[in-house]
Amino acid sequence: MDFRVIADNFSFLMLQGLIGFGSFAGGTLRLALPAIVLGFLLGTFIGLARLARLSWVSVPAKIYVEFFRGVPLVMVIFWFWFIIPTLLGRSLPEYFVALTAFVIFEAAYLAEIVRAGIQSVPRGQVEAATATGLARGPMMRYVILPQALRNMIPALLTQFIVLLKDTSLASIIGYVDLTKAAQIVNNREIRPFELYLFIAVIYWLCSYGMSSYARRLESTGQSAV
Amino acid sequence: MNYQFAWSVLWSGQTGAWLLQGVLVTLQISALGWLVAVVLGILAGAARTAPIALLRWLAAAYVEFFRNVPLLVWMFFWYFGTPPLLPHAVQEWLLDHSAEFWAGVCALGVYHGARFSEVIRAGIRSIPKTQFEAAVSTGLTVFQAYRLIILPIALRLIIPPATNETLNLLKNSSVALTISVAELTFQTRQIETYTAKAFEALAAGTLIYLALCLAIAAVMSQVERRVAIPGMIARGPSGEL
Repeated sequence: MDFRVIADNFSFLMLQGLIGFGSFAGGTLRLALPAIVLGFLLGTFIGLARLARLSWVSVPAKIYVEFFRGVPLVMVIFWFWFIIPTLLGRSLPEYFVALTAFVIFEAAYLAEIVRAGIQSVPRGQVEAATATGLARGPMMRYVILPQALRNMIPALLTQFIVLLKDTSLASIIGYVDLTKAAQIVNNREIRPFELYLFIAVIYWLCSYGMSSYARRLESTGQSAV
Repeated sequence: MNYQFAWSVLWSGQTGAWLLQGVLVTLQISALGWLVAVVLGILAGAARTAPIALLRWLAAAYVEFFRNVPLLVWMFFWYFGTPPLLPHAVQEWLLDHSAEFWAGVCALGVYHGARFSEVIRAGIRSIPKTQFEAAVSTGLTVFQAYRLIILPIALRLIIPPATNETLNLLKNSSVALTISVAELTFQTRQIETYTAKAFEALAAGTLIYLALCLAIAAVMSQVERRVAIPGMIARGPSGEL
């Protein structure tokens, strides 16, 4: 065992792999952060659609959620990797393919979180809002969603951790994230044990840090905002 | 878009056999990984609630380390990282006996074991403490109380979340393609490579995964109904929100 390989390639692994500064369009965080934000936006629409009274709105949303929750993420990534070039007639950069796949896939899981969050708001709030004369739209916007969002925060953080770990799968289409960066270094240095253990520790630091924060929010019942 | 659909690629030539083989390998690696995961999960889950601090600490360390690192990294770690540390004879043996498959089983089992243990811990926590106290007061040792009273109840209570976790494991077995285990996703890609019919190949793979997931969910809900403890599980149409 020789951990000098980590010190020698530290800046490549961290800057290129984890954050995304460097000669490759890569980076774990550069993929995970936009993916969670866009996925949450799409997930909110789908989650709201699932709660809609009109069945032609709620049924497609339910099918969307059930479909993507029944298919492996690897499969979804391959779908976009192969289908986008066929549809557009030209290939797109890995970053774009990976981001699209993650947003579409995670939206299914985030939609369930949004739905659970909205359903966690007590019924009396809806009744009180209706009694004050609010229409359904403003009621959602000013009464339900602000409370629901607050209830969702621990689950959203947990989902972000899942997403952060899942971004490692973007490496299978050649996206240079932390895992791919370790593979690149390993191809040159042949130090698999040290390198993979090192990135395991980095992933662990990121997700354990966030999950303890989420747990603290959950146990104190306090909200971050 | 000028894509020519040719669904016949899925059953002409070798592709049908490839898909079937892929399904078999997926089921094999998932089943073995599941066994490892359940055993580790029960041990770690029980240890995390045990009245012995060292056990709790060890189990927590295992769970927190393994579930917070991506499965893909574990695949690489077990497949590329650990064999060089093993004795030479073991390395030789592994090379002859599909090392990638066993690395995949290890990765899936150890990763999902950590996740299973959380499910089992939650199940044990949901049992009133008085059950444990009553068991110990009848003269059972702590180990006996877990084996005869706590675990049999907890394992039946956790069937819904455990089913969820089982489906996750099945879907995650697709990650094993990165260490060239010839499972379903791997075969799907192989068909795509040989026939250049991406859409058909991916559709076939996707539908098979969906069918497997639905089948497992259906079987488990039957099991759940059969082993339900009357009065302990509120289930039915009102159970779903």
